[in-house]
Amino acid sequence: MLISIYRYNPETDREPYMQDIDVDMPEGKDLMVLDVLNLIKEKDETLSYRRSCREGVCGSDGMNMNGKNGLACITPISEVAKNNKLVVRPLPGLPVIRDLVVDMAIFYKQYERIKPYLQNTTPASGRERLQSPEDRAKLDGLYECILCACCSTSCPSFWWNPEKFVGPAGLLQAYRFLADSRDEATSERLSELDDPFSVFRCRGIMNCVSVCPKGLNPTKAIGHIRDMLLSRAT
Amino acid sequence: MMNLRKLSFDAVVIGGGGAGMRASLQMAKSGFKTACLTKVFPTRSHTVSAQGGITCAIASADPNDDWRWHMYDTVKGSDYIGDQDAIEYMCSVGPEAVFELEHMGLPFSRTENGRIYQRPFGGQSKDFGKGGQAARTCAAADRTGHALLHTLYQNNLKNETVFLNEWFAVDLVRNQDGVVVGVIAIEIETGEVVFVESKATVLATGGAGRIYASTTNAHINTGDGNAMALRAGYAMQDMEMWQFHPTGIYGAGTLVTEGCRGEGGYLINKDGERFMERYAPNAKDLAGRDVVARSMMTEILEGRGCGEMGDHVYLKLDHLGKEIVHSRLPGITELSKTFAHVDPAVNPIPVVPTCHYMMGGIPTNINGQAITRVNGEDQIIPGLYSCGEAACVSVHGANRLGGNSLLDLVVFGRAAGLFIEEQLHQGIDHRQASEEDISHAMSRLNRLDSNEKGEDTATLKRELQSCMQNYFGVFRDGDFMKKGREELSVMRGRIANLVIQDKSKAFNTARMEALELQNLFEIAEATAISSDERTESRGAHSRRDFPDRDDANWLCHSLYDPINQTLEKRDVNFTPKTVETFEPKERTY
Repeated sequence: MLISIYRYNPETDREPYMQDIDVDMPEGKDLMVLDVLNLIKEKDETLSYRRSCREGVCGSDGMNMNGKNGLACITPISEVAKNNKLVVRPLPGLPVIRDLVVDMAIFYKQYERIKPYLQNTTPASGRERLQSPEDRAKLDGLYECILCACCSTSCPSFWWNPEKFVGPAGLLQAYRFLADSRDEATSERLSELDDPFSVFRCRGIMNCVSVCPKGLNPTKAIGHIRDMLLSRAT
Repeated sequence: MMNLRKLSFDAVVIGGGGAGMRASLQMAKSGFKTACLTKVFPTRSHTVSAQGGITCAIASADPNDDWRWHMYDTVKGSDYIGDQDAIEYMCSVGPEAVFELEHMGLPFSRTENGRIYQRPFGGQSKDFGKGGQAARTCAAADRTGHALLHTLYQNNLKNETVFLNEWFAVDLVRNQDGVVVGVIAIEIETGEVVFVESKATVLATGGAGRIYASTTNAHINTGDGNAMALRAGYAMQDMEMWQFHPTGIYGAGTLVTEGCRGEGGYLINKDGERFMERYAPNAKDLAGRDVVARSMMTEILEGRGCGEMGDHVYLKLDHLGKEIVHSRLPGITELSKTFAHVDPAVNPIPVVPTCHYMMGGIPTNINGQAITRVNGEDQIIPGLYSCGEAACVSVHGANRLGGNSLLDLVVFGRAAGLFIEEQLHQGIDHRQASEEDISHAMSRLNRLDSNEKGEDTATLKRELQSCMQNYFGVFRDGDFMKKGREELSVMRGRIANLVIQDKSKAFNTARMEALELQNLFEIAEATAISSDERTESRGAHSRRDFPDRDDANWLCHSLYDPINQTLEKRDVNFTPKTVETFEPKERTY
């Protein structure tokens, strides 16, 4: 199997390049892309990438594999390799620190911007706040986000306006709190999103939906926010 | 001396998992300058992988539930070497700590009347073991750890904790009085080495499951904090006690929650027999984890394992129906499809006991203050604290109950935060670290960076992991452990002499992995020596040559002294404050 990997070390390389590596794949075993990177790293320790849980819940190893963003640890080689070849690049649109490691500062900044925490100033009783199973079900498909950035870095609107457009990941979380029956800041949250860029730069391209490794649907959440903003305006 | 940048804080927490972020949240809330230093972005910490839930007597599933019943289960689960004052504290404060999480926004699953959903987990009972199975584990579907970790991160953002994300702590810095005054750390992105000075240093670095070849643990679980403490010469408690989770996915090692069995799933052997009925007639598949893991291994060793090699068993869930499996266990469905290529609503999941949790760790009191031994007496280490899996309070003793780890990290992260807060209010003053103190803490890093000849990380890591897997697994035996100890003592010099070819600065993961391997080694050796020296079977520590529990000699903690590489005994606490002592009994399920 030919693995072609994006390489860049700021200390030694004037510019990035693609390195082709022939990897002997163990017979009868379908490795994940992360397993293959680990095999390569055992021979070449200079290869850098992030990884942690290796089961698709921590969101460390988002990368671009044969043109599509995903998590290396839960992407089987058989699913992405074409003609016995796999091209691995860092997530697109973010500055590269080294090899497959990108600088995610702008992505996190947009997440922080939506105030991703429950706001409720009513003093709680000595127990939990009650929430019906129906209200709780509204959070399904929203709270599971792992902040891997596969969606936002596949979004052309985010590529063009990463400072002004919150991006699919941030907006999915914005809606997670708008949809929470326990949150009291709906109006403030909407006001902070009510400008031409934060939400409305979404053009419904839906790359976010097709790459999300958790099967979430940011476009749908953005649609809900859009509806809330529009109905508020009338 | 090298010109090290220095950052100063009131408190620095090493580790951005559940325990670390609960501690930092507490201190940041009261306005102290608090840093959370973590080698991965906080939501990538291993707490994120916790699935089934957080066990706590909030009396939702059963309005009459009582924290004392939870305490009884936990003491029994620990095989009677959990400290009863600490368990009492955890179980009684637990509800408050869990309700706080809900108030912070944690999206718990709900019951019809709007309360937090609770499911049955292993080792749970009502009425001190007399009232049958309890349902005491509070859950957010099967993603409770993820929900908890993200909620804590979000609330730390709200309270302006300073995050030093992707910083790697190398070693503790101590001043001339032996006070811990901070850590040497590497900012991974730039490779810059920084002295992070602090009035209180909290080690919340989680477990070290990567000492084993097969583990549910993340790649990052390398026991960094415990290794720092060991290198500083501090004692480590109950390091022979490692939990092997019954249901790691065969081949991949990824975890399948005990909640599967809580929801009605059960284990079968190659004959389709529900074999746990033979080993634990009452609790069956919901017996303690150590009991279930041993029963599975016995089935496999006696030739009743499944698959071509007969080296695993099956976890059956299909009888629950698609709806229950997919709605209550959506994460498991996903993991099974990815790593075992089965839909659990249709086919059983191949599983095998897999290293999961370190019950031992840095001995602490209820306030999170780290303890070491001087001349046979407990002594508090000034400036050093620990909580979560890295610590050993000890609430888990020889075997942790499912759902108690999340409770442990929230309750004792909070307790450490509260205590340090109080200390800071009273004023903490210590002498600054001298250049010599700092260069002492730099010595390991300097050696690695300057070493030109030696062995590489990948080869030695494989050797270490297979040594631990072979000689210190579910079943242990003196002769084998002696052999393991010999291999390890040879490995010590080789691992101290690791070499990295890549000496670059920016995001050098080779340097990190080398430092992590050295950390793993410290934990592995403490484990090996403690296991060999505890000559009995108790909880997760099961010896063929000493098959019985020996209360006359071993109803105690073990305390590993890294300087002399010897094992001492330390008393277990049997004096809870508000309830009567739970006396040791034979432990059956």
